[in-house]
Amino acid sequence: MTDISVSLPKLTLGPVLFNWKPEHLRDFYFRMADEADVDSVCVGEVVCSKRSPFFAPHIPEVVARLAAAGKEVVLSSLALIMTERELREARELAGTEDFLVEANDISVASMLAPKKFTVGPLVNVYNEGTLAYLESIGASRVCLPAELPEGVIATLAKTAKAELEVQAFGRLPLAISARCYHARSRNLAKDGCQYVCAEDADGMDVDTLDDEPFLAVNGTQTMSYHYLSLINELSSLRTAGIGRFRLWPQAVDMVAVAALFRRAIAGTVSPAEAGAELERLCPRAEFANGYIHGREGHRYVEAEE
Amino acid sequence: MELIRPELVCPAGTPAALKSAVEAGADCVYVGFRDETNARNFPGLNFSRKELGEGIAFAHDHGAKVLVAINTFPRAGQPEIWHAAVDDAARLGADAVILADVGLIAYAAAKHPNLRLHLSVQAAASNVEAIRFYAQRFGVSRVVLPRVLTVQEIAAVNAQIRPVETEVFVFGGLCVMAEGRCALSSYATGQSPNMNGVCSPAAHVRYVDTASGTKSQLAGFTINQFNNGEPAGYPTLCKGRFNANGKTSYLFEEPTSLNTLAMLPELINAGVTAFKIEGRQRGRAYVAAVVQAFRAGVDAVLAGRPLPDMDLDRITEGGRQTTGAYERAWR
Repeated sequence: MTDISVSLPKLTLGPVLFNWKPEHLRDFYFRMADEADVDSVCVGEVVCSKRSPFFAPHIPEVVARLAAAGKEVVLSSLALIMTERELREARELAGTEDFLVEANDISVASMLAPKKFTVGPLVNVYNEGTLAYLESIGASRVCLPAELPEGVIATLAKTAKAELEVQAFGRLPLAISARCYHARSRNLAKDGCQYVCAEDADGMDVDTLDDEPFLAVNGTQTMSYHYLSLINELSSLRTAGIGRFRLWPQAVDMVAVAALFRRAIAGTVSPAEAGAELERLCPRAEFANGYIHGREGHRYVEAEE
Repeated sequence: MELIRPELVCPAGTPAALKSAVEAGADCVYVGFRDETNARNFPGLNFSRKELGEGIAFAHDHGAKVLVAINTFPRAGQPEIWHAAVDDAARLGADAVILADVGLIAYAAAKHPNLRLHLSVQAAASNVEAIRFYAQRFGVSRVVLPRVLTVQEIAAVNAQIRPVETEVFVFGGLCVMAEGRCALSSYATGQSPNMNGVCSPAAHVRYVDTASGTKSQLAGFTINQFNNGEPAGYPTLCKGRFNANGKTSYLFEEPTSLNTLAMLPELINAGVTAFKIEGRQRGRAYVAAVVQAFRAGVDAVLAGRPLPDMDLDRITEGGRQTTGAYERAWR
């Protein structure tokens, strides 16, 4: 007898990309440790190094609680590393022995090699050549970039030695910059930003001049306005060889979102029910899944019944 | 420290532009093949294999080099298209290839050990560790720096990575996001720089007349609007106007272009090896004017003369110019 549950795809809770208040973020992770049905949890500042010092004191207790609850802890690196201080902090992170580290910049992958590490979706892995090289230096898991269509993902899955992860829920990280658009929206410079990004727990909505929702700004990061939802694509991606999905934390009930994705993976909820439930859990969100269907990222392609 | 005389690396979208750039004083010309292997995959642009061979012969006869940009990210399952581009650039005698993808760089390094490798800006190597990754593992000789660093940061990088060379953009179109790490274009249009070699592609652009003027749209999203009589600018996604935080603004960047002529002394002092001019999609007159201005500027700085007074306003987008990330206040 084989245990079918062994082969079911796993769930990763991606790092919180937003600037949530330190105590709020700590409590969020405590709740995830205690209640969320996810296999792995990423912790660490990815977007802006100016935010890091505030949450750093809480990381040991958060990591301990997650580990005690049986979650695999992954420490995520910064995505855009420019200054000596950012490099120093990345080297310290890369020196971690107790937990896996997620490289969100190629420099961090280089620091981690030949030790086992994971690769975040902000590192450009578009093809089997790059995947094979990163595997050869220690990458054991790779979360793929948002733009990739299912056909490309399936091709990569055929040759992958590393576990492939696909982003499945939340606002998509689309771009990173040296410039802070949150500060710029308040006529502030990044150096004197007053941490205004903390005012938007889910990012700052960016509409077109026709008041059409379009993008979202999270400090130096630009994201999709729409929430990605691949809840109807989990099954075909699993067939294509994907063994892990990433949920990006949003300011919604992530325990319930994770539970719903778990049920969708297990097939105990129909795609239609799952879609309706996700809409209830994210009342402000509009959803998109275009990239996986080879379309514009903002599109929503209805499931074929 | 002895000053490096920076090479001028100039764009050529056509064989005619290549000749113009060389004749105007370019040390190097960079080009791409006529396909999706390079980040300026525009209709009517770029080189066939035959044209590249002829272009290289012309450039070499005039003491100039030709660099071939193969700087999109190969599509899984079809790496042959990109491998063939590298093989053909090597066979035709290119002086270097400009690559962005780790897998393609690994291929080029293994297959063509004598081919000089430059790291494309699309790889966004923004720190010394990233640069060492490419230099030590694959023998990359030069890194085109992403437009995120200040001049002071560039100087600090150069001090740590020699003999690896750096190249910086000095003029032309300006990405405001870290290059190669931006999917805004595909989010709106389905086509991106990384996968298709295009950003905000023209096929998705529409100009819509309204009662008060013109809206410029990209894939149906209004990116900007202009009053009657005002010239309607091209709707490059990150240089449009948007509503956020209760106001309308150029949230990411104004429709502006990079011009560092006035900063040439600082950039030369920062130890940069090569200055790059953006614009393989530009005409030969544009390329010639910019090359001549920068040739005169570089030569003046190295001779200890003041910068000549050069007016490039008429060829910049909307006349607006910026020194971009090279000055810290831009951030």
